[in-house]
Amino acid sequence: MTDKGINLKIRELQSDIGKIKDLEISIGKFRQDNWTELQGPTPFPSMTALRNWDKKLLARYQPFYLPFSDHCDLCTYGKCDLTGNKRGACGINMSTQQSRTYLLAACIGAATHTSHARELVTHTIQKFGSDHLLDTGGLAVGVEAPTIRLVCGIKPETLGDLETVLDYLENQLTQLLSATHTGQEGNHLDFESKVLHAGMIDQVGMEVADIAQISVFGFPKADPDAPLVELGMGVVDTKKPVILVIGHNVLPAINIIDYLKDKRLSDEVEVTGICCTAIDATRYSPKAKIIGPMSWQLRYIRSGIPDVIVVDEQCIRCDSLIEAERIRAPFIATSEKNCLGLTDRTRDPADEIVADLVSGKAPGVLILDPDKVGEVAVRTACAVAPERKKSGTLLPSQEIIDYAKICTQSNMCLVCQRACPNELNIPESIKAAGQGNFRKLIDIYDECAGCARCEQVCPQEIPLYTMIVSAAAQKMREETFKIRTGRGAIQDTEIRKVGGPIVLGDIPGVVAFVGCSNYPKGGQEVAEMCMEFAKRRYIVCTSGCSAMSAGMYRNEEGKTAYEMYPGSFEAGGIVNVGPCVANAHISGAAVKIASIFGRRPLRGNYEEIADYVHNRVGAVGVAWGAMSQKAASIMSGFWRLGIPVVVGPHGTKYRRMLLGRADREQDWYVHDRRTGEKVYVGPVPEHLFFAAETKEEAMVMIAKLCMRPNDTVKGRATKLTHYIDLHRKLFGTIPDDIHLFVRTAMDVPVTMKGEITRVLEERGWKETIIPDPTLLSHQIIKKEL
Amino acid sequence: MTIIEPRQIAGVAGPETASGSIRRAKHSVRIIGRRGMGSMGWGDGIRKAKHPVLIIGHRAAEIDIDDKKMLDYLLELAQKGNISVIATPHTNPALLERDYTKAGIMPAIEIGHRLTDPDWKGIDGKGPYDLAIFAGLPNYMESTILSGLKHFAPQIRTMTLDNTYQPHACWSFSNISGRDWLENLKAIIEHVED
Ligand code: SF4
Ligand code: SF4
Ligand code: SF4
Repeated sequence: MTDKGINLKIRELQSDIGKIKDLEISIGKFRQDNWTELQGPTPFPSMTALRNWDKKLLARYQPFYLPFSDHCDLCTYGKCDLTGNKRGACGINMSTQQSRTYLLAACIGAATHTSHARELVTHTIQKFGSDHLLDTGGLAVGVEAPTIRLVCGIKPETLGDLETVLDYLENQLTQLLSATHTGQEGNHLDFESKVLHAGMIDQVGMEVADIAQISVFGFPKADPDAPLVELGMGVVDTKKPVILVIGHNVLPAINIIDYLKDKRLSDEVEVTGICCTAIDATRYSPKAKIIGPMSWQLRYIRSGIPDVIVVDEQCIRCDSLIEAERIRAPFIATSEKNCLGLTDRTRDPADEIVADLVSGKAPGVLILDPDKVGEVAVRTACAVAPERKKSGTLLPSQEIIDYAKICTQSNMCLVCQRACPNELNIPESIKAAGQGNFRKLIDIYDECAGCARCEQVCPQEIPLYTMIVSAAAQKMREETFKIRTGRGAIQDTEIRKVGGPIVLGDIPGVVAFVGCSNYPKGGQEVAEMCMEFAKRRYIVCTSGCSAMSAGMYRNEEGKTAYEMYPGSFEAGGIVNVGPCVANAHISGAAVKIASIFGRRPLRGNYEEIADYVHNRVGAVGVAWGAMSQKAASIMSGFWRLGIPVVVGPHGTKYRRMLLGRADREQDWYVHDRRTGEKVYVGPVPEHLFFAAETKEEAMVMIAKLCMRPNDTVKGRATKLTHYIDLHRKLFGTIPDDIHLFVRTAMDVPVTMKGEITRVLEERGWKETIIPDPTLLSHQIIKKEL
Repeated sequence: MTIIEPRQIAGVAGPETASGSIRRAKHSVRIIGRRGMGSMGWGDGIRKAKHPVLIIGHRAAEIDIDDKKMLDYLLELAQKGNISVIATPHTNPALLERDYTKAGIMPAIEIGHRLTDPDWKGIDGKGPYDLAIFAGLPNYMESTILSGLKHFAPQIRTMTLDNTYQPHACWSFSNISGRDWLENLKAIIEHVED
C-alpha cells in the first residue's frame, strides 16, 4: 500500500539524454518533504507484516480459550459440535473457532471506530475544507498523531491527509474480515495475530476520529485544565425542557448546542447525554451535562426526565425507541447505522417534522443530516415539555408494594436472579419491598447493570426494573458529581517530564481505566481503584464510560476523583482523555515516550517501538466493565504494543485470555542489546490479558503488571513496594512470588528488607543482571569484534 | 434424559453437558454427572481421585449456609478428604481468619489455564491433578473456566459444589435451595471421610 496518489519510482533509467538514478516522484496528497525522519520498515503494514512480532508475544502469552458456546453455526454445514477441540465440517477446531470469533469481534470494533472516523472526517472536510490544518495542542504537541506516524509512516497535516489513512484502514478491515470466512485462516495463532492487527488498525481509526474533531470543534487541546463539568442524574434542571443525546458521534449534539446558542436558548434548555457523545458534548460546551455511562441509559429514560431523545451511533439500546414511547418522549435517530425502522424525514421541512413529533403522529423520525437535528430536537423539546412534566413515569410506593406482592418466589421461581448478569438477589429485595421496605431494592440500583433482563423473564410480568429505579428516585436526585471533561492528547512537554521516571520505574506505572460499564459490582469500584492508584502516585488515565464512573463517587471529604487529583499527565494525576476514540491518546502517550524520551525512530517502525513499550513502559489498561466489540478491539491494540490489560470477571466471556506462565523460566528471557546475551528477567509483565475475580485481585495484579525488565533498581523497589503493600493490605500476606521479581539485592525495598530477604533465602534466589532488554535479535547493538 | 436448566438463564447447554445420568441424593436433589461420569457418584468421584484439588473463590466467604459460611464446609471437606486447596487471592483473608495457611493462592483464571497443561505439577508440586472441584467463584466466571477445561483439559475431571447447575462440569448439583445444599454438602463430607 502506498500513499494515496501517483507514486513513481525509478531505480535506474538510461536514455539518450543521460542517466537517472533513484528518482521518486509523488503526486498526491502528501508533501512529506518537511519530515526528515527516514521511513521505517513497515509503513502501512499488511496483515502479515508484523506477524513475527505477534508470534513473539503469543509464544509468551498463550491463549487460554474459554468457549462461550460449544457450537459453530456460521455456515450451512453447521451447526457443528466442536466440543473437546473436535473439528467442524470445514475442518476448523475449537481453539481456532474461538480465535476466529475474537477476530470477528475485533473487526466489528475496529470497523465501528473507523466508520465513525470516516463520518467525522467527511463532515469536517465538507464544513472546513480538506486543507484545514490539524491542531491537537498547538506548540505543546509536536507529535500530533503518534499512532498514524508509527503505523502509516506519514505525518498528517490536514483533514484531507486523514482520508488517505482511512483508505488504508478500510482496506485492512476488509482483508481481516475476509479471513474469518469459512475455509480461510485455519490456525489459531494466525487468527490471534490478525486480532492484534485489527487492534492496531483500531487505534489508528480512533486517533483519526479524535484529532479530526479536536482540530475543528474547539475541544480542549491537550489541556490538563480541561473544565470540570457536571455529572449525574441529579444535576439536571428538570423544570426546563430536557434533551437526551445517546451514543458516540457528537455531530447531532453539536448542532443542538449551536441551535440553542443561535436562538439564545442555551440557559433555557438542558442538553444531557449518555455515553461518549455526552463527553464530547461537554468538550464542545461545558454547559452540557453528562448523565452517566451506558448502564445509566435505561434508568434515565425510565425516570421520565428526558423530553426528547436523540440517538446517534454505538452502544445505544436497540429498544431505545420502544422505551422512548413508554415515557412519551419524541425520538430522533440520526445515523445510517441505526435507523430503527423509522421514516427518513431528512428532506422534510423542520416545521412538519416538529409538528408530527409533538402531536405524536410520529413517535420517532430518522434525520440523517446532523445540521437539521438541532432545530427539530430543540423545538420539539420546548413544545412537549410543559405537558410531559405534568405527569411522572416512576411508580408510587404503593404500586411498588402491590407489584411485589404478586411475586411467586415462594415457589422457587427466582428466574429474575438467574437472568441477572450479576446474579443480584432481586427476589429477596422484592420480598422486602412487599413488606414496605425498599432498602434492598435501592441497594440493587448500585450494582445493577441496567439491562432489564430481570423484567423480561419474570413470569408474573412484574416491572422489576422500573421498581428498582422508582425505589431509588431519591438516590438519583442525589447524583451530583463532577468530571473533568476529555482533554485529548498528552503534551510532548508532559512526556519529556515523565518519560524518564516512567521508563526507569520511578513513577510506578501508568494505569488506564477504559471501556464500558458492565461492572461486576457497580461503577464505584472504578472510582476506588482510580483514587487508590492516584494516591500511590501512579499516573491514572480514564476514558469513555470508565471516565464517568470514576467521577460518580465521593470520598470521605465529599470530593470526586477529578476534584481531588489534577488532570495533568504526571504522578498522581487523573487524566480523562475523553471518549472511546480518545483511547488513542493513551497508547499514543506510550508511543511518544519511546519516540520523544527513548529517541527511537517512530516512522513506520512499529516493531521496534512496540518492543520498547513492552520492555520499558510500565503501562496497564484496565477495562473493568468491558462489554463491547469496540472494547475487544481497543484491548487488542494495547496488546500489540505489549501493554497488558486487566478485565473484570465478565471479561472471561471474551472467550480467551492471553496468559504468561511465571513457572516456566524459559519463557522469560530477553536479549541484552548491549551484549547480545540472553538474560532471564522474570515474568514481567506476567500476562497480556487477564480477568480478575474481584476488584482487590485486579488492584494487586495491576501493580504487578507495571513491572518491566528495564526498571532500574530504584524503580523496581518502588514497584515492588506497591505490589507487596497492596497484597498485604488486601490479601493479608506478602506475595509468594517476590523472588521472581527481585533481580539484585538493590531491588528489595529498604522498608521490607528483613522480610523479603527471608523469602529470597527460602526460595534459593540468585542474583541476575539488569539488561538493556529487547525481544528482537536485530536490536542487538553489540559491535562485531 | 432429564433436562436440567442451567443456572444462567441463557446458558444453553451444549451436547457434552452434565446431563448423562441423574442420581438422587438426599431430598431428591439431582446430582448430575456428565457422560461417562454418571455411573460414579460425587463421593466416589472425589474418593477415587488420586490428586484432587479444591479451588475456592471469594464468594465462599460471603455465602451463608445455615449458621456457617460456605467456606467452612469446603475447608472441612478438604481436611476430611485430604484434598489440596487453592484459594483465589481475595479469599485468603477469610482463610487467615480461620488460621488456615495451607492453601495455595492463585487467581482463578491462572488456575484454569494451568490445568489445561497436562504437565503442570500442581501448586504443591506433587504432579498433575486429576480432579478439580470448584466452589465460590462468580457463577458466570466459573462457567467459562469450566468450559475451558471441558474443551481443553480432557485429562482432568471437574466438579462444582455450588448450589447452581453448571453444565460444563463433569459433576454438578442442579439449582437447589440452601437447605438441600446443606444436606448434600454434609453427605459428601461424610462420604469422603468413610
Ligand atoms: S464454519 Fe465450519 S465449524 Fe462453523 S458451521 Fe460451518 S463447517 Fe461448521
Ligand atoms: S436490570 Fe439490573 S437487576 Fe435486572 S437483570 Fe439487569 S443487572 Fe440485574
Ligand atoms: S421472576 Fe418475578 S415472580 Fe419470579 S422471583 Fe423474580 S420477581 Fe418474583
